[in-house]
Amino acid sequence: MSDNRLLLDVRDLTVRFPTADGVVQAVSNVSFTLSRGETLGVVGESGSGKSVSNLAIMGLLNRARTQITGDVEFKGRNLLTLDPDDLRKIRGKEIAMVFQDPFACLHPMYRVGAQIAEAVTAHENVPKERAWGRAVELLDRVGIPNAPSRARDYPHQFSGGMRQRAMIAMALVHNPDILICDEPTTALDVTVQAQILELIEDVKREFDIGVILVTHDLGVVAETATSVMVMYAGRVMEYGPAAQVFAQPQHPYAWGLLDSMPTIEHRLDALVPIEGSPPSLLAPPAGCPFHPRCPYRFEPCPTELPPLTAPVPEAHLDACHLPWDKKVALGKERGNKAAAA
Amino acid sequence: MFLYIARRLVWTLLVVFFVLLITYVVFFKLPAGNPALRFAGHSPTQQELNEIEQRLGLNQPWYVQFGKYSFHFFTGDRYGWPGLGYTFASGASVKSLILARAPRTLLLIAGAAFLWLVVGVSIGVLSAVRRRSVVDRASMGFALFGISTPVFWLGLMMLYIFWRELGWAGGAGYVSPTESISGFFSHMILPWVTLALLYAAFYARMTRNSLLETLGEDYIRTARAKGLSERTVIFKHGLRASLTPIVTMFGMDIALLVGGAVITESVFNLQGLGYLAINSATNQDLPIVAGVVLLAAVAVAFMNLIVDILYAFIDPRVRYS
Repeated sequence: MSDNRLLLDVRDLTVRFPTADGVVQAVSNVSFTLSRGETLGVVGESGSGKSVSNLAIMGLLNRARTQITGDVEFKGRNLLTLDPDDLRKIRGKEIAMVFQDPFACLHPMYRVGAQIAEAVTAHENVPKERAWGRAVELLDRVGIPNAPSRARDYPHQFSGGMRQRAMIAMALVHNPDILICDEPTTALDVTVQAQILELIEDVKREFDIGVILVTHDLGVVAETATSVMVMYAGRVMEYGPAAQVFAQPQHPYAWGLLDSMPTIEHRLDALVPIEGSPPSLLAPPAGCPFHPRCPYRFEPCPTELPPLTAPVPEAHLDACHLPWDKKVALGKERGNKAAAA
Repeated sequence: MFLYIARRLVWTLLVVFFVLLITYVVFFKLPAGNPALRFAGHSPTQQELNEIEQRLGLNQPWYVQFGKYSFHFFTGDRYGWPGLGYTFASGASVKSLILARAPRTLLLIAGAAFLWLVVGVSIGVLSAVRRRSVVDRASMGFALFGISTPVFWLGLMMLYIFWRELGWAGGAGYVSPTESISGFFSHMILPWVTLALLYAAFYARMTRNSLLETLGEDYIRTARAKGLSERTVIFKHGLRASLTPIVTMFGMDIALLVGGAVITESVFNLQGLGYLAINSATNQDLPIVAGVVLLAAVAVAFMNLIVDILYAFIDPRVRYS
């Protein structure tokens, strides 16, 4: 991975929301990088801070009501300290975003084509017809049949999958460097999910961009991601190349996630849910945030926060106090159990 | 779209017919006391009463009277179309009386509606965008004041301050614009402001709430993610979607005021439709009351139709369902 392929360098991103009940720390010291051609899968339960960190990067959180610290370096500029107007010029042009619910994300009162054309004119001073032409061209590119006439439709005349395609078309208008997809398939049928993921992969290869794929669906990540970041309670628990994370997960939380994922081999009755529920971010537990639910916790866990490091040079990053040989042993045992089930 | 409007039009006609029936039953059938007594002078003989009843058609059964009334309404009478009959008091055409009074009320409503729409929506947008700021709290304070201030008190205060003490505006009474344009505005400005204040306050609150709700929608986030300017996000994406409840209320409010601006009319002595109706009601001059009520009902039905059509223009989802 040479440095000129590096797109995004996030260091110690922390997001706090002051509320009437106290400060909610939604994201704590999150660091990661994204390069061209990379698909970074961000995995975690609801409320683990995966969406919030991306909204923070996009500058879509209300700065007056959130405290955001850290560095988000994009092409040599720190997005967090950028003037709102300069950030607006990057948004939708160099970094684009596709959201979870395509039913709610398109304006119900404007034609689909017009909404895409608007994304064109937001950053480019072109005549309306040119912008419309670009919208039609992109709708065609993302696989909307009969695009010239469908562009004149309103969102409610589109199916869920078509709407998500339209959202992707909208995001591609200016050939962005980074495409952030926030749960792009969660609201869709399984067959449509696969098509949308395929489309995102196609687009990534065609335009040589970096993709951040936020999801709580490990299956989605397994299919497309090149690297994986597992988040829990606003913190990174495990981070590394996708092949390694799936072959040899190192964090008990990642084991829990994998064991609770239904697959063809894993029958439903063989699924092992993670006991308990995610902690309140108003009063997160001391030490490792996962320790109240972790079956392998020992003395340091409730008091000391484990740093995100590679336990041995050949391993990837995790944030867990367990000694390396213990992790290997438990990992093997897990693998055997899965094979038996 | 054409079918949609045609269907609404038929529905509107049906509503007007039923309003007519109810108006008729209420105003010709229910009131106690023989109206003929009132127009027969002092201690009339039975024969005189019978003559009056015959002349006014009061000796016929109510359904025959109603039949005649609605027949005349739809086909016209000797005063033209729509036939609203003549007043018991003088025998003058009800229609001519209403036509003479209507411009006063309609101009009062038009001016006030313009004021409250512009002021109310602007304040609402401002306080939604600057939520929890001083501007927001001040405007919502104003809204509370406007909503809780009785019109008769406000009207009298306006007259006292701006006419009597400061002399900035004309006093009570109506000056026709054909007579004097400046006189018209100088006399109308206080009633306009008085009537508009209550509604402006209400519209400011409604706009604020509606816009705040819309600004929390996912498609607003999409609009921001596209890199649109905050102005475009709020006015093009936010306000457009917040418009539906405002349009509905606006249509209804205007329609209801056709017969309902009585208090403002009487504080400023404008002698419009409300004044005509009240005056005639106390005189038991029922054809005039019925005429005004009918006009108000038609206004409501008609504005409903307009609102529905506007709806379809604002929200494409309505067009296809």
